[in-house]
Amino acid sequence: MTRYDDAYAALGTVIDPELDEPITDLGFVRSLVISGGDVEVHLRLPTSFCAPNFAYLMASDAKDALTKLDWTERVVVELDDHHDSDIINAGLATDAGYRGTFGQEADSDLDDLRLTFQRKAHTAAMERCLTQLLRSDPNRPEASLGQVRLHDLPDNPITNALLRRRAVLGLSLVPQSVVMVDHHGRGYVPDDVPVGLRRARSTRISIDGNAHFCRGLLSTRYPAESSAALRDPTFVPLATLTIPD
Amino acid sequence: MYAKDGEKYFIVDAHIALWDARPENQRNIHGKQFIDCFYDYHRNLSPESELWSYEEYLYQGGERLMKDLFTDGYVDHAIFQPAHLGEFYYRGFGQTDEASALAAAHPDKLTYNHHFDPRNGESGLDQLRADAERFNLKGVKLYTAEWHGESRGYKLDDPWAHRYLEACQELGIRNIHVHKGPTIRPLDRDAFDVADIDHVASDYTDLNFVVEHCGLPRLEDFCWIATQEPNVHAGLAVAMPFIHTRPKYFAQIMGELLYWVGEDRIQFSSDYALWTPRWLVEAFVDFQIPDDLGEYPAITTEQKKKILGLNAAKMYDIAVPAELQLRAADETAVGPRGADKAAEAADQLVGA
Repeated sequence: MTRYDDAYAALGTVIDPELDEPITDLGFVRSLVISGGDVEVHLRLPTSFCAPNFAYLMASDAKDALTKLDWTERVVVELDDHHDSDIINAGLATDAGYRGTFGQEADSDLDDLRLTFQRKAHTAAMERCLTQLLRSDPNRPEASLGQVRLHDLPDNPITNALLRRRAVLGLSLVPQSVVMVDHHGRGYVPDDVPVGLRRARSTRISIDGNAHFCRGLLSTRYPAESSAALRDPTFVPLATLTIPD
Repeated sequence: MYAKDGEKYFIVDAHIALWDARPENQRNIHGKQFIDCFYDYHRNLSPESELWSYEEYLYQGGERLMKDLFTDGYVDHAIFQPAHLGEFYYRGFGQTDEASALAAAHPDKLTYNHHFDPRNGESGLDQLRADAERFNLKGVKLYTAEWHGESRGYKLDDPWAHRYLEACQELGIRNIHVHKGPTIRPLDRDAFDVADIDHVASDYTDLNFVVEHCGLPRLEDFCWIATQEPNVHAGLAVAMPFIHTRPKYFAQIMGELLYWVGEDRIQFSSDYALWTPRWLVEAFVDFQIPDDLGEYPAITTEQKKKILGLNAAKMYDIAVPAELQLRAADETAVGPRGADKAAEAADQLVGA
């Protein structure tokens, strides 16, 4: 593996918390240049007015991921064309941390924000798994979905995505564990399953729709620079479950 | 008025602007970034035939607005929802004098809503009272991510915001249009979170809260609070043009809104001049939920009529010909009065 591949793979571990996808897949990595142990990365976002807290999270996660590689020496991560580019880039350059970067606008940290979106990501992943079962067996009563166990799910990327998100929240990965649980691991009685599923579906639609819109805006904003991921014809997130084309 | 296949549709465009983003009005780089962001929305979501040049997009003027909405766009009545953005533009983004004069000249066609900012304290309250009288305000547009000195956002349940909402009650300003943006203080929190609207909707039950963009990018949280608060409504600004580029996503948005919020609390808008109403009205009347989204029932003609105009007309007391009026639907299955148990059960799901 070349150092470029190694660095790119590290960037692939950085997730847009709001869209629950790697920044490399989203086309947010504008450039990656390696020179010996020096790495310089430029990030770009779909609009100048993407939320600065999420922008900071992704940029600082990117710097952390690259710094952790055993061969990197000087790591520069810069966010381009954002209304807070100057603030965020200055903070990253001096490793000022979130509070040091945003000063009086920061109260404590972004842990709660991150957790909120990890929970949403889990909710959406769970809905994808359950709706997948419902689609494959339309006669299955919806209320029975509350009894589905992890070992009942097919071995496929949708299930693997759920397992990863359960792991992030510290939820059980034991095969006998119930699939439909809240972020504390609590299950649902049959009467509550349909509304619970319905609500989880609205979360999934929201996340998928935002991801799709953000990709579209990014390609409008940077038409000549669209990355390979943006042109990938296999990427149809809204269609993954509800819209078999 | 739009007519097709023997049906007549009374059209209220519930969210329009008359803006000036020309370079001479840009105070700093953010003025350019802001209009460029809008222009990318426009380019990304418009049909090719409806694309404007960048120069046209910077400023339209009243004459063109009247033509786009009322001559070409089927609109019967439109409501200004101005964003101030005083930190980005010298004379503000929304053009107060020009828009309010236009509304005064065409009271049958235009309603002018104004804005306030709770961070202006007591003097802002005095200004709100003066504005209410000057414009005969029925509604206000609030952009919670407006920059203001060192602050770049506020929440509707901040103490000063309560003072302003109390003033709205006194002044008969019943319709509060809320637009969430990317910044808020502190930045620790999700700026798009709609929980503050939930709180004030419970506190001010005689006010209507119209959440623009139907809460996007937090559609799910919006739908949930709307099930519990009967005075929370969905504005379709920005959501509408998905009908062209992402029709299945649009179908899912509509399916979710109709299920959770119901047909009487959804309002059409073009978000002019982000987009123009003509093609959106035509497309919406022709729109149907695709067959492969079997989880949603078909949208009925009555529902379309309500969304395209009757709902906003009712909120703003806009006269609608008697033969076009429709009665309100029953509450949704998950509506405010039946939702308590469901709330308890499902509240655990997203948590936060």
